Amino acid sequence: MPENTDKAVAPVVDNVLEVDDLCVSFFTEEGEVKAVNGVSFEVGRGRCMAIVGESGSGKSVTAYSIMRLIQSPGKIVGGKIRVFPHGQPVIDVAQLRDKDPLLYHVRGGLVSMIFQEPMTALSPVHTVGNQICEAILLHREVTPAEAKNQAVQMLTRVGIPNPEARMRQYPYEFSGGMRQRVVIAMALVCKPVLLIADEPTTALDVTIQAQILTLIRELQQELGTSVLFITHDIGVVAQIADDVAVMYRGRIVERGTVRQVIKKPLHPYTKGLLGAIPGLAAPGTRLPTIESVLAGRDISRPMPLLTAPDGRLVALSDTEIQEQFTPAIP
Amino acid sequence: MISANSNSSPTASGNLLDVHDLCKYFPIFSKGLVPKRIGEIRAVDNISFSVRKGETLGIVGESGSGKTTAARSILRALTPTSGQVWFDSDLFGRIDLSQLSEKALKPLRREMQMVFQDPFSSLNPRMTVGDIVGEPLVIHGMGSRAERRDLVASMLEKVGMKAIHMQRYPHAFSGGQRQRIGIARALIMRPKLIVADEAVSALDVSVQAQVINLLQDLQDEFGVTYLFVAHDLSVVRHICDRVAVMYLGKVVEFGPTEAIFSNPRHPYTKALLSAIPQPDPDVPLRPEAMGEIGDLNRFAGMDMTPVFHPE
Repeated sequence: MPENTDKAVAPVVDNVLEVDDLCVSFFTEEGEVKAVNGVSFEVGRGRCMAIVGESGSGKSVTAYSIMRLIQSPGKIVGGKIRVFPHGQPVIDVAQLRDKDPLLYHVRGGLVSMIFQEPMTALSPVHTVGNQICEAILLHREVTPAEAKNQAVQMLTRVGIPNPEARMRQYPYEFSGGMRQRVVIAMALVCKPVLLIADEPTTALDVTIQAQILTLIRELQQELGTSVLFITHDIGVVAQIADDVAVMYRGRIVERGTVRQVIKKPLHPYTKGLLGAIPGLAAPGTRLPTIESVLAGRDISRPMPLLTAPDGRLVALSDTEIQEQFTPAIP
Repeated sequence: MISANSNSSPTASGNLLDVHDLCKYFPIFSKGLVPKRIGEIRAVDNISFSVRKGETLGIVGESGSGKTTAARSILRALTPTSGQVWFDSDLFGRIDLSQLSEKALKPLRREMQMVFQDPFSSLNPRMTVGDIVGEPLVIHGMGSRAERRDLVASMLEKVGMKAIHMQRYPHAFSGGQRQRIGIARALIMRPKLIVADEAVSALDVSVQAQVINLLQDLQDEFGVTYLFVAHDLSVVRHICDRVAVMYLGKVVEFGPTEAIFSNPRHPYTKALLSAIPQPDPDVPLRPEAMGEIGDLNRFAGMDMTPVFHPE
């Protein structure tokens, strides 16, 4: 979808989130660090968008900005983060004041988040049941009994056996995979329009990861929630995402559907990232690294995103894009 | 206590390590004023396998499968409950490590080293890189100060760092560089065996690729044998010659890497491999394993006899 936002045409696509030219800086003693530098993307209703990149690429800072969880010395210095709730006016999260009641409505109500380490999202001194009910009572006008009822239903839905008894237990009595299920239940119990998942399976074993990914996929289809999935694992992206944005040094270098980006990457950084996965190389051979794929090419200079013939956006010059789409002469 | 087979000729089998019926049990004590021993956790339960000279053997499994405990028991970072670990030492010939005293082990520690998972907690923040990498030499009383400095400098260059980095402290380096420092520290004794416990798990994929390449280059150069403990199956497939799959303290499948990955026969191995998300949107995830590790109903009714692939 070509996206020159200056056009006055109403968006044809139904988006729940539009991030436009987002800039987030950290003002450290050594000076300003531009963690996110002009990032734009949108998440369509019911779709799963993945942001992939290495540590320090700005993917988590982008996610935290949407929830307005960036703390000093970090600051959103520019751009728009627009959330589109069902049948309600658009909210620009970036413009809200810190104590704005609307912000509390967005956090946990319209947009909710799951984290890498479930223990950081759960309080160790409250029962699981109380924590889920708290989320419901904060955002819905229901009686405590009804809240409890909804919490049990949600725990059943995320696959926790014997939910009534589990409600009275504390997080330490749950295994890592079960804790992550509780966090997912807590995040989805208020039926948010957007779920942000920040490396939700990184701390889990591969078998548990497969179960959690399947669960997120199922719930997304069942509840119609859109998902913004932050990860460094291309395998996970391929399994869960509809669209992908590749981030490098605070910018998006390539953005398109999952098949476009993973099956036929255009940007050299994306190629390097894919090449470095051990599963794709022949066993025993040397792995390509990003340096070897780049072969001395400097990609640190910011480039505007251009639309490639197949509709994706990529930070390359027009001629470079054309070269990759010219069919090889037999 | 230097035991049996004291002739220092290489073993007929050509194995660097022979593990027989290794067990490591941790006691469970009751609560209360006078704790009583009420049971035990069988972290490693009767495992046997061998490691050939110059190969990379992978130990894979989920958290709680006992892979780390097994590796640490072999290296004698833990004392095994029972079983034997035959190591082909240059100094003492073929020797059983499992019940040696700390004193008897010290000279043997030169021949086996470890690389840890977390490059942030495994390097002392108050020591310079030169001191960290040179510390094994000091402990074993090798070389003069100047000789040690030259050795450290050349080892740092071998792992892709510079001699000038010797004066700096670990905080000045990135995760990948710190892992290189950890590898240099392990390699400086020219060990025969390196146990790499999740050595690349904490690294970004591009840095991970560099460290994997480095480990392979160093193996070509020094002929070192790796015992590679990992949960990331694609990394294991890439660098290991043979693989031991562990589940609930037991080795459930053992054999050449390609045989295990292309033709897994044990139900647990099948379940584990089915859970790897392939980096291809057209190969959907179809996990077979349900439930968590330790859930004994997970493979109810399945034949759980260990599978050993022929060579």
